[in-house]
Amino acid sequence: MAKNINMSVKLGELALENPVMTASGTFGYGTEFADFVDLNRIGGIIVKGTTLHHREGNPYPRMAETPSGMLNAVGLQNKGVHYFVDQIYPTIKDLNRNIIVNVSGSAIEDYVETARILNELEGIPAIELNISCPNVKQGGMTFGVTTDGASEVVSAVRKAYDKTLIVKLSPNVTDITEIAKAAEASGADSVSLINTLLGMAVDAEKRKPLLSTVTGGLSGPAVKPIALRMVWQVSKAVNIPVVGLGGIMNGRDAIEFMLAGATAIQLGTANFIDPMVTNRVIDEIQDYMIRNNVSDINDLIGALEV
Amino acid sequence: MQKTVLDLTVKSCEMISAQYALLKLTQENSLPEMHAGQFVEVRVDNSSTTFLRRPISINFIDRNDNTLWLLIQVIGDGTRSMSMLQIGDIVNVILPLGNGFSWPKEKSKPILLVGGGVGTAPMLYWGKLLKDKGYEPNFLLGARSKKDLLQLADFSTFGSVYTTTEDGSYGEKGYVTNHSALNEKPWQRVYVCGPKPMMMAVAKEAKRLGVGCEVSLENNMACGVGACLCCVEDTKKGHVCVCTDGPVFDVEKLKW
Repeated sequence: MAKNINMSVKLGELALENPVMTASGTFGYGTEFADFVDLNRIGGIIVKGTTLHHREGNPYPRMAETPSGMLNAVGLQNKGVHYFVDQIYPTIKDLNRNIIVNVSGSAIEDYVETARILNELEGIPAIELNISCPNVKQGGMTFGVTTDGASEVVSAVRKAYDKTLIVKLSPNVTDITEIAKAAEASGADSVSLINTLLGMAVDAEKRKPLLSTVTGGLSGPAVKPIALRMVWQVSKAVNIPVVGLGGIMNGRDAIEFMLAGATAIQLGTANFIDPMVTNRVIDEIQDYMIRNNVSDINDLIGALEV
Repeated sequence: MQKTVLDLTVKSCEMISAQYALLKLTQENSLPEMHAGQFVEVRVDNSSTTFLRRPISINFIDRNDNTLWLLIQVIGDGTRSMSMLQIGDIVNVILPLGNGFSWPKEKSKPILLVGGGVGTAPMLYWGKLLKDKGYEPNFLLGARSKKDLLQLADFSTFGSVYTTTEDGSYGEKGYVTNHSALNEKPWQRVYVCGPKPMMMAVAKEAKRLGVGCEVSLENNMACGVGACLCCVEDTKKGHVCVCTDGPVFDVEKLKW
């Protein structure tokens, strides 16, 4: 890294070497991308959504390409938190200083128990609470679409989890700032947004939906304007740091989200197009800073001139 | 095998039939190690309507002129754009992906490679590798009509070629499962790639003959590296990713 450039940021107590993180569900457990990038260089790796019990997820087909994006209906397939702790955690805990676990559930008790178990892991400095997955029948987005739902689950988890608590918000709401404020009031250290937007795709010839679940979550560049708008609105509504995601494909996109108010960003769908995008975006952010004489990245956060 | 992202150069791109293009890619350095049955994820830069990469089987690798061959069936915007690539164009690919075919146990007993439609693609490289290692590959290729049978001359350099066409314009009439060759030799193992109903029918025949069978699946993919969990197939061990635990599966593992 060039001298005299500070790229480190903080999400509450959580220190990131740079603002680039990976979005849950798009980067596996990190190892899937080991051949392509230096995992240690990434600011933070948020691994696949983990639930208390094993989940098989939704039936195939689970994805459809859309203009400048894609729909997914994976449905939180994972082997459960106990398998994570016993089999996965030991193999990934040293890949990066910020391995963060995304936590989901169908019932409050499940969220709390999962968070409690993860609280014991020394190598996990934070969890990201998924109250926004549109692809599960119970839980997930159900909690994230009302202020009461969000308050209930965040308060309960806050009691069970001592470390950095990031709450991932759904854009499928009338006013995301209300949900963000509820999460903040309930003890969230940070909010990340946006999770996927509820969408649909159809096969005109077969006259059938393309996803087994009919609807799914939209991601990719198509959602960027919505994500950017919501990051801007939320960062003005809360005092806790905001993590921005939704269609970020390069360093310039990342800077836009930071100017709009994000302290850090996540790369998700971009990894499918370019498996090396995480390292590339770190370089591109640095190039931007050098070109624009920005010595501390924190000067960019919320620096949008409106 | 280590995966890598490469910018390859188009050496040639020609339509070899009405619906199929043969794309040959090269680079300065020797192409990396790749196995038959694996695939590559191609980034389509010359289409304004596609977003995700396209997963394409490795059709052949010619180590003499350092080319990677991809057989493209033109179905939609992505494959159409790929079929229109020009000599000298740069194509970004992630490779090699997937698990590839597994080696048979014995060199002395004949192997049957069955392909239907674009499913014949991975069988060409597999046939070469088997022949190079001293096995006896035989090819059973099926298509709708004579004009849809591809690369017959290339296949015949590696082993006997049996063909079927639905309209009887070439080879035996009917489907690959009707071909007399199935009962002709004491097949050691069957490898098959093609439309799902065809693979299921061939797997059934293999079972009837008491012969092991490997199939190559083609599920819709996003990441290609086992991270997104979109391309899953339901197996006896639950949902697994076709891009990493496959695309080749021993049919015994599937819920067919």
